[in-house]
Amino acid sequence: MPSLGADMDAGKLVEWLVEPGDTVARGDIVAVVETQKGAIEIECFEAGVVQNLLAELGTELPVGAPLAMILAEGEAPPADSPAKATAPSPPAPPAEVTPPPAPSAPVTASATNAPVPAVAASPPAPDGTPPSSPAARLRARELKVDLATVTGSGPGGAVRLVDVERLAGAPPARSPQEEMRRAIAAAMTRSKQTIPHFYMSQTMDLHPAMTWLATRNEGRPPAERILLGALFVRAMVRAAVKVPSLNGQVNEDGFIASGPVHAGLAVALRGGGLVAPAILDAETLDLDATMAAMRDLVTRARAGRLRNREMTEGTITLSSVGESGPESMTGVIFPPQAALVGIGAPQVRPWVIGDSIQPRHVVTITLSADHRANDGRQAARFIAAFESQLSAPEAL
Amino acid sequence: MTHADLRAAFLDTLCNVAPDIDPATVEDDEHIQDDLGLDSMDVLNLVTALHEILGVDIPEADYPQIATPAQAVAYLAKRLG
Repeated sequence: MPSLGADMDAGKLVEWLVEPGDTVARGDIVAVVETQKGAIEIECFEAGVVQNLLAELGTELPVGAPLAMILAEGEAPPADSPAKATAPSPPAPPAEVTPPPAPSAPVTASATNAPVPAVAASPPAPDGTPPSSPAARLRARELKVDLATVTGSGPGGAVRLVDVERLAGAPPARSPQEEMRRAIAAAMTRSKQTIPHFYMSQTMDLHPAMTWLATRNEGRPPAERILLGALFVRAMVRAAVKVPSLNGQVNEDGFIASGPVHAGLAVALRGGGLVAPAILDAETLDLDATMAAMRDLVTRARAGRLRNREMTEGTITLSSVGESGPESMTGVIFPPQAALVGIGAPQVRPWVIGDSIQPRHVVTITLSADHRANDGRQAARFIAAFESQLSAPEAL
Repeated sequence: MTHADLRAAFLDTLCNVAPDIDPATVEDDEHIQDDLGLDSMDVLNLVTALHEILGVDIPEADYPQIATPAQAVAYLAKRLG
């Protein structure tokens, strides 16, 4: 189970798109996982032939759990193929986890997704406590249920999560909206607790961009039109290329600048909540391709069909108020990124041009930056680069 | 197409773009952005779909004329007229 995005540590396998014997390439969509932020398509990280599927449909699996075994070309299967991973997440605290057994046959370096059961049921204890899954033990502790009083429905009378919840009369699973709020709460709380944000804003003339765009779209069918938002994304991407200390991710070792710009886009979902998937390698896309990528990403975000790389590899994110509404927005950085560009709704304001004052469409952009990786100088350079891009839209 | 047909076609297209909207609850004077919450991408998808379904290419300058179902029906009737 690959990483699923900020503060999402488990996913429920809902669909396999491959079966044993299938040949897979790096980047192929092999499975669909349900998460707090909707369904996510899981891309394969290796090439080879699917030997067997280790995870069962409907199972909640922690990030890192094996989903399937893939053999590289010419690789022989291990003599002792592991049992299916059936135990659900989350894993129990380390002290209680049975160490994963070493594979009985040596696994070659090319064996991918080394098949190690993520969790193991505990054996029966001498005091009569039945065997139980880690998830059942965790939930039993949460619900203050004595495992010895639970009748297990698993193999050998093992207590499963459902057994504990049934006995405790636990509340039913949360609605997708509640799960979404929890995911947002976790990511945003982590951001504000761990990222020392600072902010810099600038109001800029939007007239050149709007005029150019109106001319560009005139006479084109709707399917070929470009939205102002695509110009903002292009301006952000080009500014991020110019100021690499704002484009990347922060890990335990500090900020790691990214070569490519994976441009995150905060997408509000109808019905509540938002996701911030990324347009991958956005620096390689021209304006038309950027617009096509945005359309595709927003459509899939709303249909709940994003890919795990889009959820995890963003290097800088744009969040926009929209066409109408408040004039500025100071956003929260989407961890583990180091910057977020907040864009207010365009407004008509008095604007000084030469010696005169004219009514003009203007937009206010606010950069939220991680002070661990940047100082005001970099933020100011980014904003200047953004403004310069937006003032020459024909070059975007 | 009658006004009733156009209204049904417009609402059908609208609800395809925003599947959470129940066509039965949409009032004729509701604003598609301010009241029904469509954003600029939704409006572009709506206009694209109307172009495909009805063959009416609505230029950007005319977007304000389809801001409510009532306005949209009148506008589409005029364009198809």
